[in-house]
Parts: sequence; C-alpha cells; structure tokens
Amino acid sequence: MDHFEVFGLPRRLAIDTAELQRKFYELSRRHHPDFHQTAPPEEQARALEASARLNAAYRALRDPILRVEYLVRLEEGRDTKEGATVKPKAPPELLEEMFEIQEALAEAKAGGLDGAGRAVLVAQRDRLTARLRDEEARLVGPLSQHWDASPPAARQRGLAAMKESLAIRAYLRTVIDDLTDALGENQEGYVTNRRH
Amino acid sequence: MSRIVGIDLGTTNSLVGYVDETTGLPRVIPDAEGRVLLPSVVSFTREGVLVGEAAKRLLVRRPATTIYSVKRLMGRGYEDIKEELCYLPFKVVPCDGIVKIQVEDREVTPPQVSAIVLKSLKERAEQHFGEPIEKAVITVPAYFNDSQRQATKDAGRIAGLDVVRIVNEPTAASLAYGLHRLKEGVIAVYDLGGGTFDISILRVKDGVFEVLATNGNTHLGGDDFDRAIVVWLLDDIRSKHGVYLGRDSEAMQELRLAAEAAKIRLSVDERAALTIPFDGFTYHREIARTELEELIGKLVDSTLGPCRVALADASLGSSDIDEVVLVGGSTRVPLLRRRVRELFGKTPHSQLNPDEVVALGAAVQAHILAGGITSMLLLDVTPLSLGIETLGGIVSVLIPRNTTIPTSAREMFTTSVDGQTIVDLHVVQGERELAKDCRSLARFELSGIDPMPAGMPKIEVTFLIDANGILQAQAKELRTGKAAAIEVRPTYGLTEAEVERMVEESFAYAEADVEARLLIETRNEADTVITHVERALRQGGELVSGDERESIRAALEELRRVRAADDREQIREKTTALNRATEHLAEVMMDAALKGALGSKRAAEIMESK
Repeated sequence: MDHFEVFGLPRRLAIDTAELQRKFYELSRRHHPDFHQTAPPEEQARALEASARLNAAYRALRDPILRVEYLVRLEEGRDTKEGATVKPKAPPELLEEMFEIQEALAEAKAGGLDGAGRAVLVAQRDRLTARLRDEEARLVGPLSQHWDASPPAARQRGLAAMKESLAIRAYLRTVIDDLTDALGENQEGYVTNRRH
Repeated sequence: MSRIVGIDLGTTNSLVGYVDETTGLPRVIPDAEGRVLLPSVVSFTREGVLVGEAAKRLLVRRPATTIYSVKRLMGRGYEDIKEELCYLPFKVVPCDGIVKIQVEDREVTPPQVSAIVLKSLKERAEQHFGEPIEKAVITVPAYFNDSQRQATKDAGRIAGLDVVRIVNEPTAASLAYGLHRLKEGVIAVYDLGGGTFDISILRVKDGVFEVLATNGNTHLGGDDFDRAIVVWLLDDIRSKHGVYLGRDSEAMQELRLAAEAAKIRLSVDERAALTIPFDGFTYHREIARTELEELIGKLVDSTLGPCRVALADASLGSSDIDEVVLVGGSTRVPLLRRRVRELFGKTPHSQLNPDEVVALGAAVQAHILAGGITSMLLLDVTPLSLGIETLGGIVSVLIPRNTTIPTSAREMFTTSVDGQTIVDLHVVQGERELAKDCRSLARFELSGIDPMPAGMPKIEVTFLIDANGILQAQAKELRTGKAAAIEVRPTYGLTEAEVERMVEESFAYAEADVEARLLIETRNEADTVITHVERALRQGGELVSGDERESIRAALEELRRVRAADDREQIREKTTALNRATEHLAEVMMDAALKGALGSKRAAEIMESK
C-alpha cells in the first residue's frame, strides 16, 4: 500500500491539507496502539504496523515538497531510502557564480574572514536563499500542477523536470549550509539541510 | 482489565496518580502522612534502604550512601557525566558503558536506585486501593534518548511493574490541562524540572493532541541553579571565613539544601537569608533576587535556543502559539517566567500545580490505555533523528527527529566480501553529520546469512520506533525470505540478562521495615541534635552560665549513652531532653548572630591565628 492509498487518495500532488489532517486524526483513532492495548498480541502488532504506516504516509504527504520527493521515488519504484537521494546539480544559469562562491568559501576556510569577506558571503547566501525559494515555488506550483494535469502517458517529462528541480534544490541547500558554516553561524541545535 | 497507575519519576520528586472513575478526574495519591511528593532520594543503611523524606533527612549526615538526582545518570555513560561528578557526594564509577554508584562495598546501577523509588510508589498505590498494582505508565523528559528511555523501562521492571507506556512529560502535562482548561489551538509546553528541560509544541484539535516538535536538554534544571548558587556561596565563605568547603561533602550538602531553599524563597520574596552552622563558625548571608538572577541568567537563557529550534521545526513563529503552559518546579522562578513571556509574547499558564501536573497527565494516559477514555488521543514524536553509520563515519538518517511515533523505516543492506555471513550495523541518535558526534545507541549484528558473492545478499532491516519512543529492529534476507538473526548490543544500557538478574536481586534492596525505619530516623535525629549542641557549646558556650553549660553537657552524655542501643523511645526521650536543655543557649546565640557579634569575633580569631 503506498502513502496515497493509505489515505484513499489518487496519485496526485494537489492535496487539501486540512482534509488530509482530518483524515489523519480519524485514521489515528482507528489504528493507534493506545486504543488496542487490551487486544490480543496479534492485533496489537497489526495496530502498531498500521499506525506506523499511517504516520509515515502523513509525514510524506503533508508537506508539498516532501510530497514531490515521495512521488518521484514512488514513480521510479524505489521505496526504501537507499538510492533515494537525488544527485545535487548546480542551477545552469548560476554556474559562473557558483565557481566564485566556491573560491570565496575556500578562502574563508584557509585564511579566516574579514568584514568585507563576511559581507560578500552574506550577500551570496541571501541571493542563493532567494533562488532556493523560487525553485521551491516552481516545484510545488507549476511543476506539480503540470504533472497532475498530464495524462499518464505524458508524465515522464514532468517527472524528469521535477527531478531536475529537486537536484537544483539539493545543490542550493548544500551551498547555503556551507556558507552558514563558513560564517560560523552554525549553532548547536541547528540542523543542516544536508541531513534532512 | 487490571488498574494502571501513572507515575512521574522526577529528578527531585516522584508522584503516583490515577483517574477517579466517578469524577473522571485525575488525582495524585498521598502517603500515610498526606504528602503527595516522594523525594527521589534513596539511602542505603545497614538496617535497610530508606526512600523519600526519610532518606532526604540523611542527605547531610550520610552523604556517601544517600543517592539523589539519580535521573541525571539514567542511561548515561561515564564520559557524559564525569564533569559533574565533583558535585556529587556519592561515588560514581564507570562500568561496561554505563555508570554504577558505589555504596560502601556494593555497586548499584541508576535503574536499580530508581526502582526503589518506583517500588515505594507502587506500594503507596497498593495501600490506597487495597489491591496489587502491576501496571504503570511512567513519564520521561521528551528529549530523553533511546538509552534513557530503556533505562527507565528497566527500572520499572526491576520494581516489579509492567511499564505499559513511557510518556513524555510535557505531553502528559498537556493531557492534564487538556481535560478541561485547554482551548483548541497550538500550545507550547515549557517544562523545566530539577534536572531536565523540555519544550514541546502541540496542536490540540478534536481531542487529538498532536506533538508538532519537541526539543530540550536532558541535563539542565533546578539542580544547575542550585549548583550556581553553591559555587558562589563557596567563594563568599572563603573570603569571609577563610575556609574552602568544596571538599567537605557534608558541608556541601548543607550548602546545596540551603541554596535550594533560598532559591525557592526568592520566587516569592525579594530577599532571602540563609544561616548555616558549620564546624567552627556560623555562616550568615542575605541573597537578593537580583543576585540570584545574575547567577542563573545564562542558564535560563540557554533554554530559549531549544524553544526557537522547536518553533522552526514546527514551521511556526512565536505569534502562532495560542497558549503557553509552564510545567516543573523550576518554572516558579520569576526571571524564567519573564523570559518565556518575552519569547512567546504571552503570559504563560500555570493554574495546575507544576509539581503535580505531569503525574496527573500520566494518570490520564494510563486511563486512556486501560480503555477508560476514548475521546482523547496523544500523537507524540521521536525527539532525535535515528540513523546508521555509513562509510567514512557519516550518518545516514532513517527517521528524522519530530517524526510522529510509532514509525518505521526499511533499509537494505548487503555484504562487501565474498562468502560473508555477518553484517554489522551501528545505530546512532542525534543531529550531527558524523556518527562519532551522535549518540551511539547500539550495534546490531546480522548473522546467519548464506555465503554468497559480495553484494548478492539482500537483507532488509526494519527499524521501528514504538509508541514509547524505543527502537526495535527486525531483519529479513529477501532472497531466501528467512529472518536474519539480529543481536543487539546496547551501548549505554543493561542487557536482558542483567535486568533479569536485577529483578531477582531487588529483594536485597527491600525497604527497611517500619520499626527499623523509625529507629534509623530517631537515631539520625539524635545525631543531628548532638552535632548541633556540640557545635553550639564550642561557639557560644561562654554566652551562658557555667551551671547551664554543665546541665547541657549532662543531657548530651545521657543521649550519647542511649543512642547506640535499640530502644527508640528512650532515644527520643533523651533527644527531647537535650533539645530542651539547649533552648536558652540557642536563643542567646541567635541574638548574638543577628547582632553580628559572633561573625566579627570569628574574623578576629582568624586574624590572630595567622
């Protein structure tokens, strides 16, 4: 059973999240182990499994970007985490700029940062963050809509476009993390994008 | 269905509660004297084990064998806690990954000490209901990792309890509030207890309590406030009286208790005075609330970072929070209330007693599990990311933090050498990229793999975090379909066999019987009075007449004579007599102390002796 099927939903990216939450609560009431504590062991095990499946499905579907990531994985027949990571790819129009940023990062690593150097890194990070937001908006907006609207036979191109967009997003997030590291703003408790 | 009680196993105090069937409301169970808080203190004496108030009274006199705040040691390794060992008067030693406490010639583990507290609560509940109690819900800090949760569960088993659920403290508190007071919306539960800090953000809707994010620090609490005060007092004493008391464990306990009392007073008053009689001098000092705030300001501020991370993880801003709830005794500190109000822009709730609210919530959860409540459902999360170590020591995350539990993740593994029949996995918990910076949970050994060329076997491992937040794992070889054997070696925990042994041993730590307990207490009381009187005679003997001194000495001798014998009545009688004989001297000394006469005299003596 895939995550869409858990909620009885068609394999589409447009999802009413308020309705999804309502269903999640309703199904949780049915499956959560708390309500099967007095049942025989086999039924408890079933409840545990159903509840874990429901929680995983809700997590994957409630966030529109995670939803795209899941859909891509599902369409490609990869349902474990292995091989799920998209290979980061630099945005084609920013190749030159990326080269400069990598140089600035290497310099920061080698010789520390002065005020001017910091300002440059901060400005670059701001620009990349804006670019990341644009990419995410494209992913959950036009690209998702396009995939939903395509007839099944024509979905391959849409899928490829979403994969490319995810790859660019992964790249941008890594570079933003590197910039944050270099600026020394990586506090305890801060979780890098790289890991999630 | 047998009864399930809810237990708050706290750093400082523990409680047990249940839901009253007739009113549907949760209640905490008092002991025979009407006290609901059981101090989480255990004292090992020759006559038997003391728990709670009785043990607490031995903190100063028997510092090496009286264990307190053991929750801070649960599921911990020696490396985690070695820095704070200098503040503990009892001896903690490393042992196979975990730590043990050395009590004279024997060693006990933190779960065994906690089990003694749990057993006492179990018996309290059994007295209350007049029936055996075998099942309990026990609360833990939300930010407790797998080892700390497992250690708590082990403690329950050693105490003879079937722990049907481990519940997070802030979520339990939200259930207690939720019964009547909470409106629907997003709430933040800020929980600062004696030793741990949690922040949980929840959405409450249609009877569902959905935790959106949680964060915290399992090593930050009121104990750290006390410690900051003690360190400051040590300095002050050194400059005023020329002695450093840091290595005197009795004096340190006196200071710790006085610091705690002053801190509590300063939550109500602007100033607090403390007077501690030490050997050779009486230390007197006033503390202003502003001074306390300066001492603990950094600690209070360090709770704000986790609050911000939790908000960010829930994708919320502080203005999205509808209500803020305060839990834990340390949230009585005014500075802390101010900081929380500033952060969330709201006056926090604290209508329910912050010491009791977690136990009340545990009782509600117990009632849900027993089938008594079906309108409420708690959906909690795992506080830390779960991952496995991959090539180069990098962590590959399988279950991200703040994932709703129960939850599972599947992962494929294979062999790297021809004919390999065993695969090792290292499971860690934490938010860092490198496995060595995360918390090692366990090493799994997958064995019984049929010899095949490298890369051919396909072993599917399912990691499941159950509703207790505890990891379980299963493995299956996909080609043959047969289950692979998994051996789990917990990094910071007890093995199954060790827990079994401790369950059997637990009778060795039986609580002293009532008679023995009363004798220990009476004798202890006598010792305290003897010490005080000896001290008083040394310091202020000349303030009263020679006759009076003589009659005090006589009463002292009388008490000394009967103290070692087993006649409790007689010890008590002579203690009362000695107390009475010293009343006048005590009054005279208190007057003198208030006038500062003793203090300056003491200073003069020090100058002379140099």
